[in-house]
Amino acid sequence: MKVLVAVKRVVDYNVKVRVKADESDVDIGNVKMSMNPFDEIAVEEAVRLKEAGKATEVVVVTLGVKQCEETLRTALAMGADRAIHVETDEELQPLAVAKLLKAVATIEQPQLLLLGKQAIDDDANQTAQMLSALMQLAQGTFASKIELAGDEVLITREIDGGQERLALTLPAVISVDLRLNEPRYIKLPNIMQAKKKPLEKKTIAELGVDISPRLIQLKVTEPAARSAGMMVENVTELVDRLHNEAKVF
Amino acid sequence: MSVLIIAEQQQSCLDEATLSAVSAGRQLGEVDILVAGHNVAEIAIQAQQIDGVRKVLLADATVYAHALAETLAPLVVQLADSYSHIVAAATSFGKNLLPRVAALLDCAPVSDVTSIVDTQTFIHPIYAGNALQTVRSQQSKQLLTIRTTAFSLAELTGGQAVIEHIAPVAVPQLSRFIDLQLTESEHPELTTAKIVVSGGRGLGSAENFAALLDPLADTLNAAIGASRAAVDADYAPNDYQVGQTGKIVAPDLYIAIGISGAIQHLAGMKDSKVIVAINKDADAPIFKVADYGLVADLHTAVPELIQQIKAIAC
Repeated sequence: MKVLVAVKRVVDYNVKVRVKADESDVDIGNVKMSMNPFDEIAVEEAVRLKEAGKATEVVVVTLGVKQCEETLRTALAMGADRAIHVETDEELQPLAVAKLLKAVATIEQPQLLLLGKQAIDDDANQTAQMLSALMQLAQGTFASKIELAGDEVLITREIDGGQERLALTLPAVISVDLRLNEPRYIKLPNIMQAKKKPLEKKTIAELGVDISPRLIQLKVTEPAARSAGMMVENVTELVDRLHNEAKVF
Repeated sequence: MSVLIIAEQQQSCLDEATLSAVSAGRQLGEVDILVAGHNVAEIAIQAQQIDGVRKVLLADATVYAHALAETLAPLVVQLADSYSHIVAAATSFGKNLLPRVAALLDCAPVSDVTSIVDTQTFIHPIYAGNALQTVRSQQSKQLLTIRTTAFSLAELTGGQAVIEHIAPVAVPQLSRFIDLQLTESEHPELTTAKIVVSGGRGLGSAENFAALLDPLADTLNAAIGASRAAVDADYAPNDYQVGQTGKIVAPDLYIAIGISGAIQHLAGMKDSKVIVAINKDADAPIFKVADYGLVADLHTAVPELIQQIKAIAC
């Protein structure tokens, strides 16, 4: 079984981004970039399926600027077999990403498509759902457990009140939650090996997808700052202030 | 402008999140509600009473049991022609369904809207709430999920909507429901509670988490939340998690106990009216957003807090 994993290069999760003074965008020049943490979990799961003898090939794909190659190399170092880079400097919104991924999947014909549940930059949480809709496949979002069972995949989903289990007909699209697994630490020899693994380049024109943005970013602003709080000396003062000043109980 | 709200249900009741979606929808135009499920006639009757709702579209069929996105999306798509906006709450249900509908309509949705500027322009948080993005849609149809804590609840009285029955739409069977495991809690629901007490890694163990937070939550009639660290350490179940990837809450009072205040966590609670932080580390980032901060050992501070709150209540 072939597994296709989509990964995204984003601002590292430890970086607190700043809004530009002219409010045109967030300032991400010179900040550390990494693989989206949810996508690392997706890659890890695909590699584990391969190690368990359930997947035969793990292909990673990303879309975006030249530097996204680094993200693909990271995935290859984690254990993916080969990579596809759809290189573009254009802005890609989730709908365009879903269409491009569909185009790639149509060529690759994977049985399982794994994505992170959301990217920590746009926080959209849309791409997997849109990809499965466009491909007319089952979707298993926010998965915390994945088990292959014949021509189905059984998943546990994290939902608001608890957990839900579903059986999806393969091929299927799954978006992964934080709790699915703990991604492995990459060792130096794996990084060296990853440099030799195949990395194929594709263009948007080749895939024939309309990527024109549907939403226009008008501005980006700082959220309202909270007024400065105070430190209290002890529990008695805290309870007094909550009761008499803030009047919350 | 007419708006279709996709109703959500919780154990044969209309979910409160739907009421937030209705009040967001009323800022955009005339509101209809779709109630889809199996044996949901009663939910349709509840929806009928929501103030300001014009029509309740009721799709009652076995195929809609368990709210699978694969079966609900084609139904919404079939209704979409008559609406300029389709809105759902940004809950696990809404986030699962709405993007699927959007792709079938070739529309780009806007996630987690916190403010509606006009019928085509919306504000929503990005980068874990560290920035607010204003977007204008160039599309003829808008699909939105709304952040429930950013919109008031529509009244569940005074409405006189008519109920219209909708026939199910044929769909291929792509997925199958197996079972559902709900987390049992005697406390109010996290996202709608007036008071939330939340614990982090500082609690030290699942036993401490329960032994300290349960009585405090009981005393305040509060919901219990947790940081990701506490959930990952198995001190609390997954669905207690407050943060960018968990639940977004905005109660009147949020008490963070033994929580350092990572960006990820702050994204889920910094719109609370009053924030209290109890932490033994005076440099913990949580104190930057707290209205009242107490540097103390939580093992002594929490029992003391419970005692003193009880004294006031008497």
